[in-house]
Amino acid sequence: MASAFEYAPAPESRAVVDIAPSYGLFIDGEFTEAADGRVFKTVSPSTEEVLSEVAQAGTEDVDRAVRAARKAFEKWSALPGSERAKYLFRIARIIQERSRELAVLETLDNGKPIKETRDADLPLVAAHFFYYAGWADKLDHAGFGANPRPLGVAGQVIPWNFPLLMLAWKIAPALATGNTVVLKPAETTPLSALFFADICRQAGLPKGVVNILPGYGDTGAALVEHPDVNKVAFTGSTAVGKAIARQVAGTKKKVTLELGGKGANIVFDDAPIDQAVEGIVTGIFFNQGQVCCAGSRLLVQESIQDELLDSLKRRLSTLRLGDPLDKNTDIGAINSAEQLSRITSLVERGEAEGAERWSPACELPSAGYWFAPTLFTNVTQAHTIARDEIFGPVLSVLTFRTPDEAVAKANNSQYGLSAGIWTEKGSRILAVANKLRAGVVWSNTFNKFDPTSPFGGYKESGFGREGGRHGLEAYLDV
Amino acid sequence: MSEKTEKTEQRRLSVFKTYKLYVGGKFPRSESGRVYEVTDSKGEWLANAPLSSRKDARDAVVAARKAFGGWSGATAYNRGQILYRVAEMLEGRKDQFVREVADAEGLSKSKAAVQVDAAIDRWVWYAGWTDKIAQVVGGGNPVAGPFFNLSTPEPTGVVVVLAPQKSSFLGLVSVVAPVIATGNTVIVIASEKSPLPALSLGEVLATSDLPGGVVNVLSGKTAEIATPLAAHQDVNAIDLAGADDVLAKELEIAAADNLKRVVRPQAVDNADYFANPGIERLTAFLETKTVWHPTGALGASGSSY
Repeated sequence: MASAFEYAPAPESRAVVDIAPSYGLFIDGEFTEAADGRVFKTVSPSTEEVLSEVAQAGTEDVDRAVRAARKAFEKWSALPGSERAKYLFRIARIIQERSRELAVLETLDNGKPIKETRDADLPLVAAHFFYYAGWADKLDHAGFGANPRPLGVAGQVIPWNFPLLMLAWKIAPALATGNTVVLKPAETTPLSALFFADICRQAGLPKGVVNILPGYGDTGAALVEHPDVNKVAFTGSTAVGKAIARQVAGTKKKVTLELGGKGANIVFDDAPIDQAVEGIVTGIFFNQGQVCCAGSRLLVQESIQDELLDSLKRRLSTLRLGDPLDKNTDIGAINSAEQLSRITSLVERGEAEGAERWSPACELPSAGYWFAPTLFTNVTQAHTIARDEIFGPVLSVLTFRTPDEAVAKANNSQYGLSAGIWTEKGSRILAVANKLRAGVVWSNTFNKFDPTSPFGGYKESGFGREGGRHGLEAYLDV
Repeated sequence: MSEKTEKTEQRRLSVFKTYKLYVGGKFPRSESGRVYEVTDSKGEWLANAPLSSRKDARDAVVAARKAFGGWSGATAYNRGQILYRVAEMLEGRKDQFVREVADAEGLSKSKAAVQVDAAIDRWVWYAGWTDKIAQVVGGGNPVAGPFFNLSTPEPTGVVVVLAPQKSSFLGLVSVVAPVIATGNTVIVIASEKSPLPALSLGEVLATSDLPGGVVNVLSGKTAEIATPLAAHQDVNAIDLAGADDVLAKELEIAAADNLKRVVRPQAVDNADYFANPGIERLTAFLETKTVWHPTGALGASGSSY
C-alpha cells in the first residue's frame, strides 16, 4: 500500500475480555455439558488461535432446552408487559455497560474490525433491546388488535456475520412479546451468545426464558424440527432457508427467514461522486462484505463510469487491511476457512467467465483467513459473480444508460433484500425506489440500520421483517 | 426514664433542606424572595417553599424555549435513554420520595411506596414511547398521485403543566413525562399544598442527563403563576390538570389568545400499578407534519424520472 505516511499500530486491549477455556450449553439458567459430551473449538479467524472449546448441542440437548423454554413460557408470558419490559431494559443497560468487552470478544471470534464492533454492532445491539423493551407493555398499541398473544417457544438460528446483533434481532422482540427462546449461534462464532447468557444471569432473567445451544447445522435442524417449537426464525443462506421452509411444511410453526442478497447499488450521473464512493465502499466492504444486504452489484451510469471507477480504486487503495483489533483497521479477516474458499472459488469463476479482476496492492497476513478488496469490471448479468451471493469483499461493476435499464438490471435477481440509489434528484430516488423489488432501499447512503426500522427481503431473500413495529408480528399469534 | 431522656438528647439533630425551584437546570430561590409554609396532612410544618412570582414564571418560559431546540432535535432514542435514566435515579432515591409523599398526602409508608413505584414505572413506560409514538400515530399516506406523502408527529413546543393538586408525585410524573417524551419542554407548577416531591424531582432530573430547561419546576400559588403563563405568547400549550373549574375556564380563555393547545382538567391520579396510561397525554402535545414530494411518474420512456 503506497501511503504518504504510515500508521503506528493502535491495538485495542484484549485484557478487557476474559475468555474461559471451555463453555457449556446454556439451558434452564445453567451451563451444562452436551448429553453426548461433544465439543468443538472456536478460533480467531485473524490468527487461527483457538479461543475456547464449546459444548456442541445434540438432539437430546435440543429437547432439554425446548422443554426448559416451554416450562418458562407459562410464567414469562403471564408477566405484565411492564415487568418484561424492565428485564429487557436491564439487559440493554448491561450490554451498554459491557459493550467494550463484548466488542473485543466479537472481534476476536468473528474477525471483523474493532471499529465496527465498537461503533456499529454493539451500539445497535443495546439499542435493539432498548427499543423492544419499550414495546413489551405497549403491544395493545402496535396495530395487532387488543392483547395480542405470544406464540410460545421460539427456535432461532443465527449466522456468524453479526453474531450478537443477530441474537439481539431475534431475542429482543421474542421476549418483549412474551415468548421464550432457544437460540443456536453459528458454529464459528458461539462466544458472544454465551456471554449473553451471563448477561441474562446478571439481569436476573428467569431460568429457561433464554437458552443458548452452540452447534453446527444439525443442531439447528434438530431445533427447527422439534415438535414443541412454535416459531422458527432463521437468518442465513437462502439454501438453508429453503430447507427450513420444507422442514416446517405441514406444521403450525410460524416462520420468518432472513436470507441472502445481491444488492444493487445504483449510481446516476448526477450523484455526488465522493459520497457515492464512500457509500459503495461501505456497501460492499463493511464487515468484509459478509453482509446479506451488501451492495455487491454496482450499477453505474455509463457516462460516469470512468470517473467513478478511478475514484473508487483510489479510495480502495487507502483501505487498511490487517489486525482486526487495531483501531485503524478497515478490513478484517474472513470469518472462516470455509468461507474464504467459497469466496476464492467464486472469484476464480468470475475471472474464468471473462470479467476483469482488480485489487489494490495489499499485503495479506500469513496466518488467518484473508481476502483483499476486489473489484470486477466488464461484468454482465449472465456472470456468476453478478448472480450469486459471494458474501465477501468482492464488488461486481455493471453499467446502465437509462433509469429503466437500471431498475431492470437491479431487479434481475433471485434476491430482493437491499438496494442503493445515488442521485441528487429526489423525485428520481422515489420513482426508482418504487420500482425496486427490495425490502430496504437506501438513498444517498448505505448499510444503515436502526431498531425502529423494519428490515427484510422480497423474493428469495426471505420473508417477514425484523425491527420496528413490524418486527413484533413475527412473534405474535396474529 | 432518665436513661431514655439521655438517649433522646444524644440523638443527632437532622439537617433541613432548603427547597428551591428548578429552572434552566439551576436551583434558584424565587426572585421575589418570598416563601410559604408547607405542612403535612396534620398541619405540621415541613418546609418553606419558594412562592414563585410572575417574573419566575417568565424566566421559566425563557429557559424552556431555550432548551426546546436541543431537546426536540435530540434523537428519540436519546430522549428514551434519558427518561429511563430518570427512572434509574429515582429508584435509588426511593426512600426520600416515599417519605415526602407520605408526609404530603398523609399516606402510610407502604401506600406511599406504591405511589412512588408506580411513578418510577411511569417514567419507564414513557421512556419506551419516545421512539414508538411516531410509528403509531404517523405514517405514509397513499395519495392518489405520483407523490411520496409522509405524516410525522412533532412536539408542539413549550408546554405549561398545572400538576394535579392531590397526587403530589405520581400525578406529577404522569403529566410531566409524556410532555417531554416527545420533545416538548415544560414548565410545571407543583401542587400548591404539596410541592415538595416536585421540587425534589428537580434534583433527580438535574442528575439524569436531562438538559437544563427541559423541565422547569415552580412552586407557589397555582393561580398566581398560571395566569401569566396562560397568557404568555411564547407558550404553545397548557395542561390544566391541577386547575379547579373556575380557574380552568379563566386560563382557557387566556390561552385562546395565541391558540394554545389546551388539555382540560381530568383525573390523572390513577395509582393502579398495572393501569395502562394510554397515549392521550403524548398526542395532546404533538403537531402532525405532512411532507409531500413528487415521485416522478414513470412515463413510457422512463424519461420523467
